[in-house]
Amino acid sequence: MGILVKNISKKFGSFSAVDDVTFQVHEGELVALLGPSGSGKSTILRIIAGLETPDRGEIYLTGKDVTGLSTQKRKVGFVFQHYALFKHMTVEKNISFGMEIQKKSKECIQEKVSELIHLVKLNGYEKHYPDQLSGGQRQRVALARALATEPRVLLLDEPFGSLDAKVRSNLAQWLRDFHDTCNITSVFVTHDQSEAIEIADKIVLINRGKVEQYGNAREVYEHPESKFVASFIGQVNVLDAVIENKQIRINGTNAVIDYPGKNTSTNEAVLLVRPEDIELVEAAVKQSLIAKIKTIHYRGSFYEIDCDIGASMVTMIVGKTDFNRSPQEEGAQVFLNLKSFRLFSAEEGHAKLREKLRDLGYIE
Amino acid sequence: MNRSDDIVRLVRPSRRIGKNLLIIFVFLWFFCLILLPVFGIVREAFKEGWQVFWNKLLSPEAIHSFYLTFLITLAAVLLNTFFGIVLAVTLVKQKFRGKLFFEGLVDLPFAVSPVVAGFMFILLFGPNGWIGNWFESGGIKIVYAFPGMLIATLFVTLPFVAREIIPVLREFGLQQEEAAYVLGASRWQAFWRVTIPSIKWGLAYGVTLTIARSIGEFGAVLVVSGSIINKTQTATLHIHQQFTDFNYVGAFSAAIFLAAASFLILTVMQRVYRRKEVS
Repeated sequence: MGILVKNISKKFGSFSAVDDVTFQVHEGELVALLGPSGSGKSTILRIIAGLETPDRGEIYLTGKDVTGLSTQKRKVGFVFQHYALFKHMTVEKNISFGMEIQKKSKECIQEKVSELIHLVKLNGYEKHYPDQLSGGQRQRVALARALATEPRVLLLDEPFGSLDAKVRSNLAQWLRDFHDTCNITSVFVTHDQSEAIEIADKIVLINRGKVEQYGNAREVYEHPESKFVASFIGQVNVLDAVIENKQIRINGTNAVIDYPGKNTSTNEAVLLVRPEDIELVEAAVKQSLIAKIKTIHYRGSFYEIDCDIGASMVTMIVGKTDFNRSPQEEGAQVFLNLKSFRLFSAEEGHAKLREKLRDLGYIE
Repeated sequence: MNRSDDIVRLVRPSRRIGKNLLIIFVFLWFFCLILLPVFGIVREAFKEGWQVFWNKLLSPEAIHSFYLTFLITLAAVLLNTFFGIVLAVTLVKQKFRGKLFFEGLVDLPFAVSPVVAGFMFILLFGPNGWIGNWFESGGIKIVYAFPGMLIATLFVTLPFVAREIIPVLREFGLQQEEAAYVLGASRWQAFWRVTIPSIKWGLAYGVTLTIARSIGEFGAVLVVSGSIINKTQTATLHIHQQFTDFNYVGAFSAAIFLAAASFLILTVMQRVYRRKEVS
C-alpha cells in the first residue's frame, strides 16, 4: 500500500509552501521528490513524517490514515539532511536508541545492532562517536538508526546533500542497491536531477509547492509535461521561435521546420532541445541551422560543443566515437539538425517562461 | 650540519626570551594578586598559634555561619539550576511577544549592585513592605530571616545557569530532538536522553559559577539578613563581623576555611571538564 499523500496544503504565514499536493508511492518503491530549493519538497517529507502539520489534506501510510497521529506513533524512518546523529552517543548507541525506547530486550537489541552495522558496512566503528566519522559513514549510521525500529516507510531528506561529488554518487548507487535488498518503501528529497534519474523508480517533480509531473525517470525526461519539467530535468537548449503557416521558424536563423499542428495563426513559441538531440550534418537542408563552432569541451566519454547560431548559443553533445570519425574544429561552419525537441507555444506569456528559466539558471 | 639546524639556532634564543618573559609576567601577576594576599591571610590566621586558630574556627558562631552558607548555597543551586534550565529552554524554543525583553532581563542581576538589590528586597519584603506586610500578618518572616537571604542569593545567581546554556541550546538546534521523536521518543524522553546530555557541560559550568557566587555573596545578603549572630550570619558575614571587631584570627581562620572549600569544589569540577576534553 505504500504512501498516499492526498491534497496536502501547508502555509507558513502567507507563503504557500505546499499547495494541494497528491501522489502515491507503491509498496517497495524508491521515489524521489525532486525540485529546486524552496520548492516545498522537504516540507512534504516532514509532513509525511509528522514533523509538520498540514493545513489541509491527509496522509496514509500502508493504507492507514495517520494524519492525526504524532510523529512518535507513525513508525517512519527518517534520515535528516545533516544526519542529526546524537553526538554524545557512540555509533552503537545511536542505532539502539529507538529500540531502547521501544523497550526491546538486550539480546534482541544487540542482535539487531550487529546486523545493521554489518548491513551498512561499519564493522569496527561500533564504539566511535559521530565526530570521529567521515560524512559518508555518518550518513550510513543515520540510515542504520532509522532502520533499527523497523519502520513502515523510510524518508530521506537530501541524503547526499552535504557530501562531495565522488562520495555522493558512490553512496547514491549504494542506496539503490541497498533498497533493492531490503525493499522498504522509500521517499528521498533531492535537488539534483541526475541523482533522481540515476536511482529513483519514480520521480515527483515539485515546483512552487505543486506537483509538476509524476512518473518514472524516462517518462519525465522524454515526455516532460511542462516547460518547467523539461528545463529542470537534464540540460536543455532554449530557442525562441515563431509558428506561422504550419511551420516553425527559429528566430535569428533561416531554419524552417514543418509543424503539423492545426493552428494557423501566428504564435510565439519556445523550442526546448536536449544537447544529445542535436546532430551535425554535412549538407544543409531546409530545416538545418547554420552554426559556427565556438568551443569544444572534452568531457571524457563525450564532447560538448558550443555553437553560435546567430541569435543565440546552443550546446550539443557528440559521442567520442562519432567525434573521432569526423573531428571538428573550433571556428568551423557546420549544419545542425534537431532530431527531436519539445515545442511550447507561448500562449501563457513568453516573458513569464523566460523568467522562470532564468530563475533556474538555464538561460542568462 | 644541515640548513634547518642553522635556522633553529637562529630562531630559538629570541623565542626563548619571549617565552620566559611571558612566564615571568604571569607569575608576577599571580603573585601580587593571589599568592601575596593568601599568604597574608594565612600569616594573620596563625599569628597566635594553632590552638587559637582551631578555637576560633570551631567556635559555635563560626560553625553556624558555615552551616548557613552551605544551606543557602545548596538551595540556591538546586532552585536556580531548575529555573535556569526552564528559562533557557523557554527563551530558545518558544516564540512569544517580548522575548527579547526577557532575554535582556536575564542579565539584570549582573548590572544591579548586590547592595542595591538587597535594599530593594527590604522595601518589598520588609515588615512594612508591600509584600512583606502580607506575609508578616501570616506569621512568616522573610527579611532578616532565611527566606530573604535565599531570595537575595537567588537574585544574584539567577543569570549563571541560563546564560551558560542558552548558547549551547541554540547551537544544539532542533534536529536531534526531532530525530528522537521519529524514533518514538516522547518529548520528555528526548529531553532527558538527548538534550540534557548535550548541554551538560554548559550546565555544569553554570552550576560551578552559581556555587562560587552563592558562597561568596556578601552585599545583598548583608543588607537582607541583618547579620544576626547564630541566626542569619553566613560565612562571609561572619568574617566581616570578626574583622570589624578587630578579631583578626577569627576572621582569617574562617576565610581560609571558606577559600579552601571553594577551591576544592572548583578544582574537582575542573578535573571533570578536563576528563571530558581528553575523551
